[in-house]
Amino acid sequence: MAYSDKVVDHYQNPRNVGSMDAALKNVGTGIVGAPECGDVMKLQIKVDENDRIVDAKFKTFGCGSAIASSSLATEWVKGRTLDEAMQLKNTEIVTELALPPVKIHCSVLAEDAVRAAIADVKKKKGQTQPAAAAVAANG
Amino acid sequence: MKSVYLDNNATTPVDPRVLDAMLPYFRENFGNAASRNHRYGWVAEEAVDKAREQVAKVINASSKEIIWTSGSTEGNNTAILGVAHMYVDKGKHLITCRIEHKAVIDPCKFLETQGYEVTWLEPDPTGRVSAEQVKQAMRDDTILVSLMFANNEVGTIHPIAEIGALCKQREIIFHTDATQAFGKVPIDVEAMGIDLLSVSAHKIYGPKGVGALYVRRKRPRVRLQPLIHGGGHERGMRSGTLNVPGIVGCGTAAQVAMNDMPTESVRIAGLRDRLWAGLSEHLTEISRNGNPQHCLPNTLNVSFLYVEGESLMMGFSDIAVSSGSACTSASLEPSYVLKGLGLGDDLAHSSIRFSLGRFTTEEEIDYTIKEVVKAVNHLRHMSPLYEMAQQGIDLSKVVWQHH
Repeated sequence: MAYSDKVVDHYQNPRNVGSMDAALKNVGTGIVGAPECGDVMKLQIKVDENDRIVDAKFKTFGCGSAIASSSLATEWVKGRTLDEAMQLKNTEIVTELALPPVKIHCSVLAEDAVRAAIADVKKKKGQTQPAAAAVAANG
Repeated sequence: MKSVYLDNNATTPVDPRVLDAMLPYFRENFGNAASRNHRYGWVAEEAVDKAREQVAKVINASSKEIIWTSGSTEGNNTAILGVAHMYVDKGKHLITCRIEHKAVIDPCKFLETQGYEVTWLEPDPTGRVSAEQVKQAMRDDTILVSLMFANNEVGTIHPIAEIGALCKQREIIFHTDATQAFGKVPIDVEAMGIDLLSVSAHKIYGPKGVGALYVRRKRPRVRLQPLIHGGGHERGMRSGTLNVPGIVGCGTAAQVAMNDMPTESVRIAGLRDRLWAGLSEHLTEISRNGNPQHCLPNTLNVSFLYVEGESLMMGFSDIAVSSGSACTSASLEPSYVLKGLGLGDDLAHSSIRFSLGRFTTEEEIDYTIKEVVKAVNHLRHMSPLYEMAQQGIDLSKVVWQHH
């Protein structure tokens, strides 16, 4: 199975690889997947006071399509508000990266990671508890 | 560097010497080996007999004991189903192992649906079953033990001679799928008590679509009910016009492999060890799967922790290897062989099989080490698992969100 040029590009030059301090109140962290399934994505977003995503980072254990899906997702959510980012659909990732049917789950995982990160930051903003607890529960 | 082929357990290129030997049998010597009344037939038959001799010699058999097949899948099916049907009056119990090739597993599973009982032995963490395990599993109604000589994914070699001796004592037929071992390590059907043995030409620099099944003729005379009927070729065990060019290729490939084995096995094992040493020197947290003592000289299976196998292969796209990762197959299940060794799914997903061959060079191995190290570091840099492990988090204790 050959990879699309865009998947190869994201694999070779992944955008926004890295980590942010998950304890920060304006940082949301989503960790989805499991090592046994061959895919784990960690996606983080940083929001400003208007709930606009000013930065995004990812780290992914998984196949090339999983890496590309999460890399693309970080690119796309930057600059969006949380509500706008919630609208991100896995099918858009599938189209952009020309993923074959067997790799659609990679795009689903990226969508889930975005949503988990959004949920995390929303929860933190609504609560006064230190954020580390949520991350520890996630792993 | 041109592309590097390290997937010789999947298939091998045809050796030029083999191809040269085959070509006349496509051209002027095109006869049917079953034509008894003219020169075309005689020439073809003579070539087939010579090839039979060449294959037999590699395993210390008689040429009369070699049946031509289309390859090991057919050989394994013929052996397992053929014995099961022929000896059904003696019993309906078979013994095999969980990490056999599918060409053994599936016919055994088929027999289970036909009222046969199969004992599926569990290998040790290196992929080996012991003679004691086989002994414990033997029953009065056991008619066949089928165990591969060497495993295709990790290269582990079973204690074949000990198991063969046990089978002789109990008068149970012993089949071994020698697809990966034939021509790579010494095999002696007499000394090892082997009754049936499957071979495939394309694993030993011969053509695809041809192979051989050794069927013992004396002490005991093994009988098989054929799968393919029609004409009674090959002592009635496998009908069908013989693939003469393919058979000539199989015979020549066997002879070349046997002649080269003493030097070639040492050379390849040296390259394999060089590869492992190079990877170990430059990378931490890698582990070797299989049995370092009882192993094919050409096979190295490695788990690169915190890195997924398919993405790793993408990192060195000009090097052909294979992975136990689920992502390389449509099934999304990681390698059942590695899981059968007790490896966690995560380690199975992180595994790469390097299988070296006759045309592998030292330069290619050095290039492979460099490229693999580069790709592993690239991927670990973006692996959340590597990051967690570096932070001292025990990954086995994390509650993951399964999909």
